[in-house]
Amino acid sequence: MEGNRKSRVILEEYSIPNASEYTQQDWNLLNFKKEFKIQVVRESEDERELEFDLIGYPVGFANAFRRILLSEVPTMAIEKVYIVNNTSVIQDEVLAHRLGLIPLRADPRLFEYPSNKDEDEISDQDSLRYELKVSCTWNPQAPKDSRRTNDIYRNSNVYSKDIKWVPIGHQEELYPRGAEQLGVLEKDILICKMRPGQEIHLFMHAVKGIGKDHAKFSPVATASYRLLPDIQLIKSVRGEMADRLKNCFSVGVIEVIETKPGDLDSREARVKNPRYDSCSRNVFQHEDLKGCVQLSRIQNHIIFTIESVGTLPSSVLFVEAVKILKGKCKTFLEELENIGK
Amino acid sequence: MGRLAEVASEQSSEKCKTFVFMDEGYTLGNSLVAVITQNPDVEFCACFVNHPAEGNIYVRIQAKTGKAIDILRKGLQDLDKICDHTLETFNNAYEQFKTSKDMCVDST
Repeated sequence: MEGNRKSRVILEEYSIPNASEYTQQDWNLLNFKKEFKIQVVRESEDERELEFDLIGYPVGFANAFRRILLSEVPTMAIEKVYIVNNTSVIQDEVLAHRLGLIPLRADPRLFEYPSNKDEDEISDQDSLRYELKVSCTWNPQAPKDSRRTNDIYRNSNVYSKDIKWVPIGHQEELYPRGAEQLGVLEKDILICKMRPGQEIHLFMHAVKGIGKDHAKFSPVATASYRLLPDIQLIKSVRGEMADRLKNCFSVGVIEVIETKPGDLDSREARVKNPRYDSCSRNVFQHEDLKGCVQLSRIQNHIIFTIESVGTLPSSVLFVEAVKILKGKCKTFLEELENIGK
Repeated sequence: MGRLAEVASEQSSEKCKTFVFMDEGYTLGNSLVAVITQNPDVEFCACFVNHPAEGNIYVRIQAKTGKAIDILRKGLQDLDKICDHTLETFNNAYEQFKTSKDMCVDST
């Protein structure tokens, strides 16, 4: 216990007794290549969710990657809306804001940052053009008795699938599959509801940007990290206490095993998998149980989770984030040469 | 106009300097300080934001021996190396994860 105590953050009921120890960074520049390890743990089928472990990394780096993912990895988003006609109940500015938040499928790596934000002129290198043209009408073939809006009206719901990509410049030759490649990511985002006689006709320009400028450019739904929890049983917990202990933690963290098969009184609690514990500290509510366990977190083991919006897979986003940090180093190394002269 | 500058003050000397990183935040500042404090020649290194509306980060370096500017250069180079190492290990780990997952699918 004493030996590995240093690398743990021990969580007691009212205190963290070794707080001063764990703030010390026990890594150095000579051994980081051996000590910094990464393990991929879980990835969802659509590659949007990714969970991996950063082992040996100081927390500061994990936080830098997280911050870059949230606010500095670029994506494309609708920035300007030119409204030709809008007779729906949603005001122009609210509608424009809603359109800006719709995620696009376009890969930001194929485009440049806009050269001049204030000009209306756009080039095929840095902008994408979209059109939305919907008008709501009565449905002449509506079933006689039906009062459902979907039956009696046509186009009463405006969805994101109604947004159509319009090629500009050479984009038609550059992206032959442009409609799928550059269109909207989700087809069923409800933009607005209309009634017969109302109409929306507008053009949109999408540009490349970063989350620091506006949250619509952020490529992740969330990116977060936490330290790996560790639970140790100091005393053996048996019988009814074992069941209560199990209920104090997240599902699958503690298991209850019958040491003698068939004998209910021989049930004993074991730690099965502390990884997904929520660290709720519920165990401290029970006077008799709180002395039996020691809750801690492993200081050098960071669980990093990325949930991508979907434009790029999470694994690509992480690589992009590291490249951005690397790019910052490169720019300032060049700047340093100028200062030194 | 560059994005890196030195703060001119009476406390500034070859050994001790405050650098301004324009249009940067704690993302770069904190990780850079974490690297620089590992350098045995450094007596003190910290970063701060003068005013949140300014959008600049200030990094103060005080050296035991040598020039502060060299320590900053080494810090940036080391952070660059750590990024390279992270890219490499992540790509390896991800490839390994992908192949092991494919093998699981094949066997079932």
